[in-house]
Amino acid sequence: MSVSDFQTHPVFRRGVSAKVRLLAYLTICVVVVVSDLRFRYMEPVRQYVFTAVSPLRMVASEPVKLLGNATDHFSSLADLQEENARFRQHQLDGADRLLRFDELEQENAKLRSLLGMRKKTQVKSIAAEVLYSVPDSSSRKVILDQGKKAGITHGLAVVDADGLLGQVTRIYSSQAEVTLITDRNQAVPVQVERNGLRGVMFGVGQGLQALGDVPKRWQQAIQGDTGPGSLELRFVLANADIQPEDRLVTSGLDGIFPAGLPVAEVESVDREAGAFARITCRPLGGVDKSLRVLVLGRAELPPPQPKPETGEPPPPPVPPRAVRQFERN
Amino acid sequence: MQLSNRSNRLLRPAKPWFVYASLFIALVLNYVPFGYHPGIPDWVALVLVFWCIREPQHIGMGMGFFLGILVDVGKSTVMGEHALAYVVLAFIANALARRIMWFPSLLQALHVLPMLLVAQGLMVGVRMFAGEAIPEWDHLLSSVVGAALWLPLTYLLLLPQFQPLDRDDNRPI
Repeated sequence: MSVSDFQTHPVFRRGVSAKVRLLAYLTICVVVVVSDLRFRYMEPVRQYVFTAVSPLRMVASEPVKLLGNATDHFSSLADLQEENARFRQHQLDGADRLLRFDELEQENAKLRSLLGMRKKTQVKSIAAEVLYSVPDSSSRKVILDQGKKAGITHGLAVVDADGLLGQVTRIYSSQAEVTLITDRNQAVPVQVERNGLRGVMFGVGQGLQALGDVPKRWQQAIQGDTGPGSLELRFVLANADIQPEDRLVTSGLDGIFPAGLPVAEVESVDREAGAFARITCRPLGGVDKSLRVLVLGRAELPPPQPKPETGEPPPPPVPPRAVRQFERN
Repeated sequence: MQLSNRSNRLLRPAKPWFVYASLFIALVLNYVPFGYHPGIPDWVALVLVFWCIREPQHIGMGMGFFLGILVDVGKSTVMGEHALAYVVLAFIANALARRIMWFPSLLQALHVLPMLLVAQGLMVGVRMFAGEAIPEWDHLLSSVVGAALWLPLTYLLLLPQFQPLDRDDNRPI
């Protein structure tokens, strides 16, 4: 009787060995990771699984919401009065501007028609509510309660009353994922309101910082706050005309964000860091706090770039992904 | 089934529905948006390791892969990041299950800590592959907290198995 004739008793048969199964699962996982990262093949699967688990996520976010509501409920009267006063002032400030706005809009329309320019497309906006933030410590994302059905598409800007909050990065049928401007991978082309100096704003998120910063970060985490300095304006020369308390607005150069949305306020400028200044900024919008937000429709694309001498077709407008790639290199 | 292989007390067998229900609850806990606090344990990894050690015949890499995909979608991370970590986690836990059962609970926790760290390391590896920065050191706190919760978790998850086989309604206590 040769070895090959030997057969184990059915009781001892255990199927495929664990190592082979591990290898098989690892292969599947690696294929899944690569196809998601490089080719985005996994998006349909993600859509289905997301729909299946979204009730679970709603249930899971309930206690946190309850806690937030309870804190609101017990916030002192003084806070409310102060807030009320602020809103009144805000309304007064806004009222006269609003009155002038209609007039200006008409005047603008007349002038435009005189110039024979294309009419700027009316930016349509969709009101939405933040359902919950994505439970991941290394990204800054939130989920909105409106999705494809409401007409939200990829790349739209999300704002609150005070400024830009983020950008729609993933759409599900009735929900949408927004990457906040404080996320590490989020870039926003901005310009200084005072003098038009351009730059690219990046979120700092949770980078590799000195160990000494850890207690500070914990304190911020306990306060539920990204804290100051959660944004960074990069690639601005050290001798550029920029100073603390400068307001930064979107430049609209990417054709994705409408121009002129308030984004952040410069907090500190360190000109000793090298060729580029190290500029930390504070977001103007309630990036971590706002619950009711507005998704702005797509802005008009900028006019096509002038044709180069060689007669090659003009390159398409640069999407923000390319900016991210640039940062990585 | 015993508390550990050295214990004299015999426990009732684990009920499959309880195993799945505990994994389900762990999944919901993972979805709770706690914000950006460091040191919140990965509940799914913890409960998965527990059942991979207690029930290596039934819970293993398949369950790890399935739960991993669900967590990946829930946390909007790269598809396969948690799946990869949980598969390796389940493999190690299954392989060490027979050994770990000979130790008391506190020493079991010392076995679990490196397993959770390996899983976290794999997740960080996938993130770096995706182009993200290395997280800070306090990121690892989540595994330490997870291992520290091993003892209470053991008693909590074995609670149904501590019940006596035949209930004596006339017993005073």
